[in-house]
Amino acid sequence: MVVTDTRPAAEARPEPVLALSDISKHFQTTRRDTLALDHVSLEVQRSEFVCIVGPSGCGKSTLLGIAAGMDTAYEGRALFEGTPITGMARERAVVFQEPALFPWLNVRANVEFGLKLRGVPKHERKAIVDRQLELVHLEHFDRSYTHELSGGMKQRAQLARALAVEPHVLLMDEPFAALDAQTRDELQLELQSVFARIGTTVIFVTHNVREAVILGDRVVVMSPGPGRIKSIIDVPLSRPRLPDDYAVTDLAARVRAELQNVDETVEARYAI
Amino acid sequence: MRSKALRLGAFYLVVLGGWQLIATSGLWSSYLFPAPTSVVASLVRNVENGMIFAALGQSLWRLALGYAISMLLGLSLGVLNGSVRWADETIGGICLGLQSLPSITWLPMAVLWFGLSDAAIIFVVLMGSTFSIAISARSGIRGLPPLLARAAGTLGASRFQLYRYVIIPAMVPAMVQGMKQGWSFAWRSLMAGELLFVTIGLGHLLDVGRNLNDINMVFAVMLVIVVVGVVIDRVLFGTAEAWVRERWGYVAT
Ligand SMILES: Nc1ncnc2c1ncn2[C@@H]1O[C@H](COP(=O)(O)OP(=O)(O)OP(=O)(O)O)[C@@H](O)[C@H]1O
Ligand SMILES: [Mg+2]
Repeated sequence: MVVTDTRPAAEARPEPVLALSDISKHFQTTRRDTLALDHVSLEVQRSEFVCIVGPSGCGKSTLLGIAAGMDTAYEGRALFEGTPITGMARERAVVFQEPALFPWLNVRANVEFGLKLRGVPKHERKAIVDRQLELVHLEHFDRSYTHELSGGMKQRAQLARALAVEPHVLLMDEPFAALDAQTRDELQLELQSVFARIGTTVIFVTHNVREAVILGDRVVVMSPGPGRIKSIIDVPLSRPRLPDDYAVTDLAARVRAELQNVDETVEARYAI
Repeated sequence: MRSKALRLGAFYLVVLGGWQLIATSGLWSSYLFPAPTSVVASLVRNVENGMIFAALGQSLWRLALGYAISMLLGLSLGVLNGSVRWADETIGGICLGLQSLPSITWLPMAVLWFGLSDAAIIFVVLMGSTFSIAISARSGIRGLPPLLARAAGTLGASRFQLYRYVIIPAMVPAMVQGMKQGWSFAWRSLMAGELLFVTIGLGHLLDVGRNLNDINMVFAVMLVIVVVGVVIDRVLFGTAEAWVRERWGYVAT
């Protein structure tokens, strides 16, 4: 049998940082067999900020877990910079929904953690950590232990810890879900300026449509039962974007309409 | 702070005063119920003739050796049970069973194995604390939130680094708790062992006091035992617990 390559020439498109193709994931328990992801494909380009929205249980965390390499039992192909993902690696750092800081380390040591694992010399570590802490406005809390921080500060510390290892892709799973509206607004603004400066590739899962439109270059709308990508909406707005910008509200309404379409078959609720 | 010191001072003065009054009232004869003054006199005498320090030194040396070995054994057993499922199902079950055994019950066996020697007593001491330490080390590892292990993985931790930088530090609060419990078992079984044994040691000194019909000496030695217990419990483990609370924000239970 002769295999002919019919794809367009390689130079037509840059290689995506992350290429998930035809990913299907079953969860088998004694009671049920859930199809959490059904032939999901998603490509993320370098320096792109992709937001994923969708009702609870549509497989957002599952998809992120596969991209991170935390979950390797699935069908389909997950490529990171052209090579298959076989496990966790610091090139794909994760900011978890729950505060996942190490409680026995202070903020500085937490942010330093990944650098220490890599054997970065002490003076270099200090410089990098100082820079990251400043970025997330925690420079005055570097000696605090995590139980002395507020929820928003914990999430910012987690972000600094992930950024310190200079990941190629940053995977964030509802990082602001547990925060009040005001802290959330502040962090959204901070995130925008942080990523405007460093240009890391980001996949950002959220339940909040407005947040997705404020942060994302593209918004991926997923639908549940089984988990699929329903549509992908481009966000061609200039930054910084504010929550009350007319264009933001307008696009958010469009995303919400997509989601409501999803809702016609499945009951789900959304934060605004 | 000042008022607390005053309160405590007043309390102990009243207790000692009451004790002295009852002792001198002639309600009980002085060879059954000694006055605090004669207890202190006996304490001073036995300190001066070197008996107390010789016994204290011997007891603490046995305790330290037995406890050190039990730390090593307990930690190894605990890490094994915490990391390997089949080990936990087999060895872990035995640890749980043996932990419920009062440790002084090891003494007859120890005497048959080691004879009437220090080794026998040290064996009893280490049996007293090994299983507490093993069980808390195991639950320290099992209690590690999977989220923290994943966080370390996504920051690039290897299997070895996961143990070195995450699992072992995460065990500390449970370990401090287990080591405290282990020490108290070890200390109690040491005293019991020394009482039943004829070698130098605080427990043995109690028995000497009984043989001499010297109630003052018995009280004096008991006082020393209380002081040693309180110092190790409050100062050593109290400091460790305060440190854990400061760092981890809680103390494991
Ligand atoms: N460990 C598991 N065992 C069995 N089923 C699972 C497991 N993890 C997830 N699932 C199922 O897979 C589906 C997708 O789960 P996932 O956590 O990815 O959803 P999600 O989109 O992140 O939801 P949420 O917005 O509530 O976080 C759900 O139906 C869930 O029941
Ligand atoms: Mg989720």
